Amino acid sequence: MIQVLAFYLFAALTIASAVLVISARNPVHSVLWLIVAFFNAAGLMVLAGAEFIAMLLVIVYVGAVAVLFLFVVMMLDIDFSELRAGFVRNFPLGLLIALVLLAELVFGIGAYQAGRIELATGTADQVTAMADSNIAAIGQVLYGQYLFLFESAGIILLVAMIGAIVLTHRDRKDTRPQNIGKQIRRRPGEATRNVKPEIGQGVQL
Amino acid sequence: MTETFVNWGLSYDWAWFLATVAGILLIALPLMLGVAMIIYADRKIWAAMALRRGPNVVGPWGLLQSFADGLKVFLQETIIPSAANKGLFLIAPIITFTVALLAWAVIPFNSGAVLSDINVGLLYVLAISSLGVYGVVIAGWASNSKYPFFSAMRAAAQMISYEVSIGFILICVVLYAGSFNMNAIVEAQRGHGFGIVNGYWFNLLLFPMWVMFLISGMAETARAPFDLTEAESELVAGYQTEYSSMAFALYWLGEYANVLLMCALNAVLFFGGWLPPLNIDLIPWFEIPGVVWLLLKILFFFFIFSWVKATVPRYRYDQLMRLGWKVFLPISLLFVVLVSGWLMITRYGGVA
Repeated sequence: MIQVLAFYLFAALTIASAVLVISARNPVHSVLWLIVAFFNAAGLMVLAGAEFIAMLLVIVYVGAVAVLFLFVVMMLDIDFSELRAGFVRNFPLGLLIALVLLAELVFGIGAYQAGRIELATGTADQVTAMADSNIAAIGQVLYGQYLFLFESAGIILLVAMIGAIVLTHRDRKDTRPQNIGKQIRRRPGEATRNVKPEIGQGVQL
Repeated sequence: MTETFVNWGLSYDWAWFLATVAGILLIALPLMLGVAMIIYADRKIWAAMALRRGPNVVGPWGLLQSFADGLKVFLQETIIPSAANKGLFLIAPIITFTVALLAWAVIPFNSGAVLSDINVGLLYVLAISSLGVYGVVIAGWASNSKYPFFSAMRAAAQMISYEVSIGFILICVVLYAGSFNMNAIVEAQRGHGFGIVNGYWFNLLLFPMWVMFLISGMAETARAPFDLTEAESELVAGYQTEYSSMAFALYWLGEYANVLLMCALNAVLFFGGWLPPLNIDLIPWFEIPGVVWLLLKILFFFFIFSWVKATVPRYRYDQLMRLGWKVFLPISLLFVVLVSGWLMITRYGGVA
């Protein structure tokens, strides 16, 4: 009973907030509705018994990606009238994308109703693994069956990250960055000197 | 607790519902009282270190000071700036306050005495603490004012930065405990140090992690010396500049509830949670209920938090970022490798 209620609550809220993402006038409100949608999707995952995925969804999407979105959108100075000016011009393109998505949805649901694809049949030990906790099950699949694929994905991400840093990093010669080690090594004896100026002489710097 | 209600003749559904509500109240009400007293304690410790008396007028030794302050903000007028985004302006403090309470659902107070004994407990804490930034960011933007906005930007960057290293530190603990469940983590610490000491702090590989967790916890809750989000010399009062009355009080309560949560996490993850500090029965040491031990440990860590606040000057923002990304992140990453390597050799015999 409570599961059914919770499912309809989360599902309705996900769809409602998704609609509000595209219909909100203010882009900051759009991002906030997106966060509500993520959150309710996480709730649906918990109901489906995938609590690990739900927590990851909240940590990664709500905790990091959406904060970054919000950060950027808040700092942008957006002219709303200019945003709406391109509406008529871009309308056919948007309609096309919407139609493609609709067709995909229809195909997807049709294919689902026709029965599932038998790509790989589950063995008995896989079934017992899934009966274990979520994290252990995912770990066994990722670090056992798909170890090399998983690690190569990791290496590709690492290369992409280093590539992005190398491509965008400029070594500027005209700045004087702080050298923490040098600052800590400095002692009062090197930084100051005692002088006893005579009257009327002043101090030679 | 559900069984008790079932025994009273309720159907299982209603018994479960009543037990959950009772559990929530049993945690939230003492927590709010605790926050009020901990604010008083904070001010007293701070005052003692500055050779002042601190609050000493309301009630015996000033014990009722927090309640007087609470009554004061409750009777104030709620001011909403005319240029503010009204809905978001009002919902921001509610988010901060709610999120500060949410994480307590998985903190174990005794063996099995936990509201929600889920097997992703630690991930839940991480997920909830990553939500904390929204209360601040939304407040900064919705106030439509410069200083709160600066503060919101600072808070967003600061909280994300330190969450990364906190994540790696938690992974080290999880590797040792072999579970994400908080009760299992506490149980795994029983007699961890030579069968005598309860707690991971005694471990040479995890002690540096605890020090980093303590410091990251201060940065995560924007406590001094990392309170750059409300640096009064630069940003007036930061994100709460435009807030008054109960909205301000909610930030206040939420902030201290978060600090208490960080103290509780320190105790649960590294100092054995509800276990007594030593695993030997010196005095009837195991007769003392676990809640008392946990409370004592929380108070000990809160004293450290107060001590740091009273003695350490505020960081500069670039130094804060340097500490997070260039010091804590590489060290915690290195320790994930070290801890997993060590466990691989000692616990799993070098085979995957």
